[in-house]
Amino acid sequence: MKKYKDLLAVNDVSFTIDEGEMFGFLGPNGAGKTTIMRMIQCVSPLTSGSLEIFGMDAMSHPREIKSHIGVVPQENNLDMDFTVYENLLVFSRYFDIPRSEAERRATELLEFVHLEDKRDTMTESLSGGMKRRLILARALINRPKMLILDEPTVGLDPQARHLIWDKLRSLKKQGVTVVLTSHYLDEVEKLCDRLVVMDYGKILVEGSPSQVIEEYVGSGIVEAENNPELIECLQRKEASYEVIGDLVHIYTDNPKQIAEYLTMECSLSKLTARPATLEDVFLKLTGRRLRE
Amino acid sequence: MRISEYFRIPTVSSKSYTVWQRNKDVFMKDIKLNFLPPFIEPLLYLAALGFGLGRFIENIDGVPYANFIAPALIAISVMYASFFECSYGSYVRMYYQKTFDAIIATPVTIEDVIAGELLWGATRSMINAAVMVPVIALFGLIDISYALLIIPFAFLGGLLFGAIGMCFTAVTPNIMAINYPVLLFITPMFLFSGTFFPLNTLPPLVQYFAIAFLPLTHIVNGIRLIGYGTLEPVLLFDLAWITVVCAVLLVVSINMMKKRLII
Repeated sequence: MKKYKDLLAVNDVSFTIDEGEMFGFLGPNGAGKTTIMRMIQCVSPLTSGSLEIFGMDAMSHPREIKSHIGVVPQENNLDMDFTVYENLLVFSRYFDIPRSEAERRATELLEFVHLEDKRDTMTESLSGGMKRRLILARALINRPKMLILDEPTVGLDPQARHLIWDKLRSLKKQGVTVVLTSHYLDEVEKLCDRLVVMDYGKILVEGSPSQVIEEYVGSGIVEAENNPELIECLQRKEASYEVIGDLVHIYTDNPKQIAEYLTMECSLSKLTARPATLEDVFLKLTGRRLRE
Repeated sequence: MRISEYFRIPTVSSKSYTVWQRNKDVFMKDIKLNFLPPFIEPLLYLAALGFGLGRFIENIDGVPYANFIAPALIAISVMYASFFECSYGSYVRMYYQKTFDAIIATPVTIEDVIAGELLWGATRSMINAAVMVPVIALFGLIDISYALLIIPFAFLGGLLFGAIGMCFTAVTPNIMAINYPVLLFITPMFLFSGTFFPLNTLPPLVQYFAIAFLPLTHIVNGIRLIGYGTLEPVLLFDLAWITVVCAVLLVVSINMMKKRLII
């Protein structure tokens, strides 16, 4: 549990992340995702409860734990007093990595994130995508067993996002445990082995993306225009549906069947059937109301 | 946080050296520009006050005016260097550059970070003193027999003013608000700590106040005694005052910053 003065940021949360898996935290703004990330990084103390990382207690062994963790924070915090290459070298000193080893790793990592041409550029003049890539490289300087990413691709163009995804997949292949938060649900759906959806400091669901979709919205969705006739028709069929403004979402495992039924019985024509996504689960669970 | 927690001795490790190194590396990037102020400023003050204004002033305590203010100029530079480094400098690194956030994601703790910042602030003071001592000695304004002692003394003074600056950094709501301690604390000290005129010309009550509460008084007095080559026992009193206050403020400033940053 994590309590601020008058705000319960994380409450009664329990999760286990297995070694080598990619694990996602989803939830609207203010759900408590970043707080959990900060607790795993051992920079935000727990108000109560316990947190164990690599078999060590987060409160009593922060230095040991942090030496095996790599962090990509939500906000870019590159050292703007230094060049790209120097950023990696200065950072390596905090881990007591010997100079020659640090130089080798820095060169290797710049290649890994395709920044070898920007080696001597000051970080201020990098583009948003380059900054994110450099932060990823920086997070890898200590060869971490676990990588924590808080909104790793926020504000990036599709090319840059795909590059980051690619790198994360290859890190996972090397056995690195990856923990991430994201607002981009397609990102989590594509990358994560397992995920939790959080809201108001609590975990609402846990499972693999397909499991969660199956369980909460079914495998397919039929979208139709909202009218009283349709609603009556759906009620007769006892279908699971949700009215969203001018649209009606019908949750089903068999979109074709429902679509056919609606065209035949209710003589509706404007229908779209599509596979259900995490976004549908997310909105169903956390509501459509705008968050601060 | 209870009051007693501010006085708990923090656990600082040798990792604070890596934070000191980081700041040193940034300093070295602009070394020419960084060395200029401690070199030029005393020359300007000495020319305007020591040799200009000083012509109209009779000897103070038996020494010419330029000789009187020369050690004070070093003391003032010691104060400014570490106070500004650990107030505006640290605040920029903490708030705008997020440097501290990045560092505490590594095995370096927040206590190490602040200790490194304080050590660096003191180092800046020491560098300034090290540049100014030979310049002033060249004019024959200080006795060179013990002059090198001013350099370690400047480091101690730098730690003290760094800790003071850090306390303000820990509570300031924004960067503009650091102007308040500068205006209400640092500037009065610059003028009323026996710097440009002897303390004993002030009313006794003000003198006692200065000795009890104005750190610069003790730094000026210390550097003046060393600079004159007269190591009198009163120097021990200044040293003791600085050491005790410095030790307390170092502990308090680290705990205050911890309170601000660990949430």
